[in-house]
Amino acid sequence: MKKNEKMVWLAIGVSFTILYILKYGFQGFLQQLVNGLQLGSLYALIALGYTMVYGIIKLINFAHGDLFMFGAYISAFVGAYLAGRGLIGLAFIPAMLLSMIVTAVLGMSIEKVAYKPLRNKPRLSVLITALGVSLFLENFFALPAEKVFFPFNKIVFGPNMLSFPKLIDDRIFNFAGISISMVKSIDFFVAILLMIILELIVKKTRIGKAMRAVSFNREAAYLMGIDVNFIIMVTFGIGTSLASAAGTLYALTFCCLDNPFMGIWPGMKAFIAAVLGGIGNIPGAMLGGFLMGIIETYASSINPQLGDVSAFSLLIIVLIFKPAGLMGKFEIEKV
Amino acid sequence: MGYKYLLVISLFAFLLSCGTGRVDEKNHMPQQKPEKAGKAVITIGVVAPITGQTATFGKSTREGVILAFEQIENKITLDGKEYKINVVFADDQGSPEAAVSAYNKLITHDKVLAIIGTVQSNCSLAGAPLAQKHKVPMISTASTNPKVTQTGDFIFRACFIDPFQGKVMAKYAIENLKLKTAAVIFDNANDYSKGLAEVFKKTYEELGGKVVSYQPFPGEDKTKDFSPLLTQIKSAKPELIFAPCYYQAAAQIAIQAKKLGLAVPILGGDGFDSPKLVEVGQKDVEGLTFSNHYSKDTPSTQVKQFVADYEKKFNSTPDALAVLSYDASKILIDALKRAGKPDSEAIKKALTETKDLEVVSGKITFDAERNPIKSAAILQIKNGKQVYITTVNP
Repeated sequence: MKKNEKMVWLAIGVSFTILYILKYGFQGFLQQLVNGLQLGSLYALIALGYTMVYGIIKLINFAHGDLFMFGAYISAFVGAYLAGRGLIGLAFIPAMLLSMIVTAVLGMSIEKVAYKPLRNKPRLSVLITALGVSLFLENFFALPAEKVFFPFNKIVFGPNMLSFPKLIDDRIFNFAGISISMVKSIDFFVAILLMIILELIVKKTRIGKAMRAVSFNREAAYLMGIDVNFIIMVTFGIGTSLASAAGTLYALTFCCLDNPFMGIWPGMKAFIAAVLGGIGNIPGAMLGGFLMGIIETYASSINPQLGDVSAFSLLIIVLIFKPAGLMGKFEIEKV
Repeated sequence: MGYKYLLVISLFAFLLSCGTGRVDEKNHMPQQKPEKAGKAVITIGVVAPITGQTATFGKSTREGVILAFEQIENKITLDGKEYKINVVFADDQGSPEAAVSAYNKLITHDKVLAIIGTVQSNCSLAGAPLAQKHKVPMISTASTNPKVTQTGDFIFRACFIDPFQGKVMAKYAIENLKLKTAAVIFDNANDYSKGLAEVFKKTYEELGGKVVSYQPFPGEDKTKDFSPLLTQIKSAKPELIFAPCYYQAAAQIAIQAKKLGLAVPILGGDGFDSPKLVEVGQKDVEGLTFSNHYSKDTPSTQVKQFVADYEKKFNSTPDALAVLSYDASKILIDALKRAGKPDSEAIKKALTETKDLEVVSGKITFDAERNPIKSAAILQIKNGKQVYITTVNP
């Protein structure tokens, strides 16, 4: 029964692929696959944060997309500072690391101020608070600097578009008619690298072990002497720093930051990706992110209007057949 | 528990501190103050995207209007009586929803006599019915969609219309560039973009060209990754891309086309006209070519005088939006003078009768649909600057 089901899905996938290749050619197919993997790596990075936070305190952190935005802005400021001093090329690495740290601090303080006091209240309260934090971050950072008084006018980003400094001089590589841009490959490989590091942290370190324990059973972990509050804070920190890394890569690819509302759509898609892969499950979030990016790319290449529709329909279809998400069944390692 | 109250109080203090200042405060416009008895005031409303994705349009519009009214010292003498002119700005944020509330505010709260604005076609289309309903003459600065003035007899504009821009670019592609296959990529959620794309396709095919790929995308705010579409375009092998979008999407399309190794000329309309295009796109937007309402290099004394005045006041080079809002203000001032009284019906009548009025972007005469008849300039981005190529007449 189980095997049959898998075969059916495989058959559907293969027939779609063949139809696509017949209509648009093999080159088009491969090029779109490259596009999709690049987009998917960004979705996967953001989805990891959603899934980690959900795994540990059963909260959907709606403010996650806005932390992605915050990270992108911070790296834009750091990047502009470095570019102003003639440091380009690898300067995106310090910019990304610094923005990851600053965003992680913001993520942890949000947890401390907004979520921690509600830890033992009904789950709905925290969910609504998360929505509130999201709206606050968007609208606060969108305030024009001249409209707010002193300490705040130095922090707000303003509602207007900002350009991201060109830290990397992009080069294009051609393989058999497929163009691969250097910046986009950097997106992909940095995302993979971060995922490997995350996997190592979760699997091999004491903190990772503690995270898995808290996620498995918070009370028991507490009784075993694990500092639950600290572990939850660290989880938030890691999750938000991944969102910030995704923000940096996103800004690096598209060279601009639209406005402080730019995190809404990527955040939404990544949330869907996390649910798709089975929320609370780390490999699931990665799989969901890549799947989402690839399917969206193919759908919008067939008809641009289908891009967003495909994301939501995919979610509905998967949830009908696998209510726990693609990898949600194995509840072995929830973080 | 004390810190909770502190938090609440500081939150309130913060909320009170923002949002009180109107945008005009920091700038050169006099604020609306109670006037001395006996001195009459005319209030003119201006709608523009002062914030939002197209904020540079709003900035230029605002500066053009300020310059025009400052040159007449914010007062006007009608029929022997002196009126003070008070200009009120409203922000449409580049979205039709916000445009409706901006028009409502100007019409019902500020009781304006006439409205200058707004820039984007989708916003003007949302606001125009309100102006028409309350009989407030409105001069849109840069809304090129033909439907805008078809709303009613109180709606005018200072720019040419989409069919003309689409035609000009199709002609330019076939006759000057001699390129016979094109791909069109446009924003399906935007009346301006859609209008230009349709007319371009029609004219291009009439002139013997072939549109090999026609790609609509669903809204600039939702589409960030253009690579799926551009990959499709690349496999259709066009000789040029026509991308009638605003500057932000245009920069994205140029950047991402380069990343896919798609190196064909990209053409567009006046939506490309913003310093942000080069700021975001940098090297990737080199060679982008577009039609525009004016170029500062046009050989004309009117243009030279305006550019000098503008540079003196704002320390920057005026773009087309500044010119159009300046021209719209001039058209309105001229009509006010001829109307002889601050009455909306009289102003409307005077506007309709405008004939051969010399403004910066050309000579203005309104046709039956209240569109001005004038020429377009073709510009290209070279070394990060807009370079004048040629002028195309209707």
